[in-house]
Amino acid sequence: MNIVILGSGRVGATLAGMLDKAGHSVSVIDFSSDAFQRLSPDFRGATFVGNGVDEDVLIRAGIKEADVFVAVTNGDNRNIMASQIAKEIFRVKKVVCRIYDPIREQTYRELGLGTFCPTTLGAQMIFDTITDKKQK
Amino acid sequence: MYIIIGGGGDIGYYLTKNLLNHGHEVLLLEKGASRYQTLSEELGPAVVRGDACEARTMEEVGASRADVIIAVTGDDEDNLVICQVAKKRFKVGRTIARLNNPKHSEVFQKLGIDVTVSPTRSILSLIEAELPSSRFVQLMTLKKAGLEIIEIRVPPDSPMVDRPLRDTNLPRSSNIVLIIREKQSIFPTAETPIYANDDIFALVNREGEEALHKAFGIIE
Repeated sequence: MNIVILGSGRVGATLAGMLDKAGHSVSVIDFSSDAFQRLSPDFRGATFVGNGVDEDVLIRAGIKEADVFVAVTNGDNRNIMASQIAKEIFRVKKVVCRIYDPIREQTYRELGLGTFCPTTLGAQMIFDTITDKKQK
Repeated sequence: MYIIIGGGGDIGYYLTKNLLNHGHEVLLLEKGASRYQTLSEELGPAVVRGDACEARTMEEVGASRADVIIAVTGDDEDNLVICQVAKKRFKVGRTIARLNNPKHSEVFQKLGIDVTVSPTRSILSLIEAELPSSRFVQLMTLKKAGLEIIEIRVPPDSPMVDRPLRDTNLPRSSNIVLIIREKQSIFPTAETPIYANDDIFALVNREGEEALHKAFGIIE
């Protein structure tokens, strides 16, 4: 699969490495080239410096041929805008958008955007650990 | 009208003052502590400290009874989310967003924002209008109709000069609505002649714009 990842932070860089190892074609976008240092040294994918809500940058990173788009920058709103550009303008089939704010995440999930909220997921995991529920 | 404005920069501040003067109920949201302090000294209860991107904040300020939401922060992604959340969650009828990057205009339109305003683009065309060499200025875009209002200064060597409008071969997709000649406004009829250095205001669609250039002999 062709996969475009926006944001080369801890999550983005780790995910890029995993997908690359699994044999997918991965390109990573970040507005700071320093961020690409987080990628593993044997990462074979492409990296692009630029603003993820800029259509030209997305095109350069191969969004037109992408099967999957993942937005994991630090900004909820940046992720939301980039994901909607990927979904509504470039018609990428699978879009995954990280949103830290639970209320905002719910709003956009209801609108049909593929979203996940690390805040509620993390809180739930801790809650389950404390209350001794089995995790799976 | 109840109007909520997100972002207390210069635009948000002057907009709030202006709309208050027009007698509207206005609420300005600013998230920065020190900027909020400055604003509240002048605007009093019309400014509230909070992030317009947060649904909880919007609920507290009564977004569901707002008639209009205007997002004028310095970040386009924030402006987009403010307007979308207002529309989808609070069913606000009209959303207006400031565009910091004029390139985002199409995206915003596709994503359901009612009106976008790009200060960058407006300033560019205003400055262009003031340059002595410019013969052609885009004044306004009516997005829903796909029309533009443009201004043309008739070049002295234009093939249109000294002919009444009926004799000119104007493109169908354009309509001359006003002629300004030596500070006089003329609403043209078929008999109205066109003179050199007239300022012509025309309503055109995209094809009409180019055809009108050609008709007036203007090369960009």
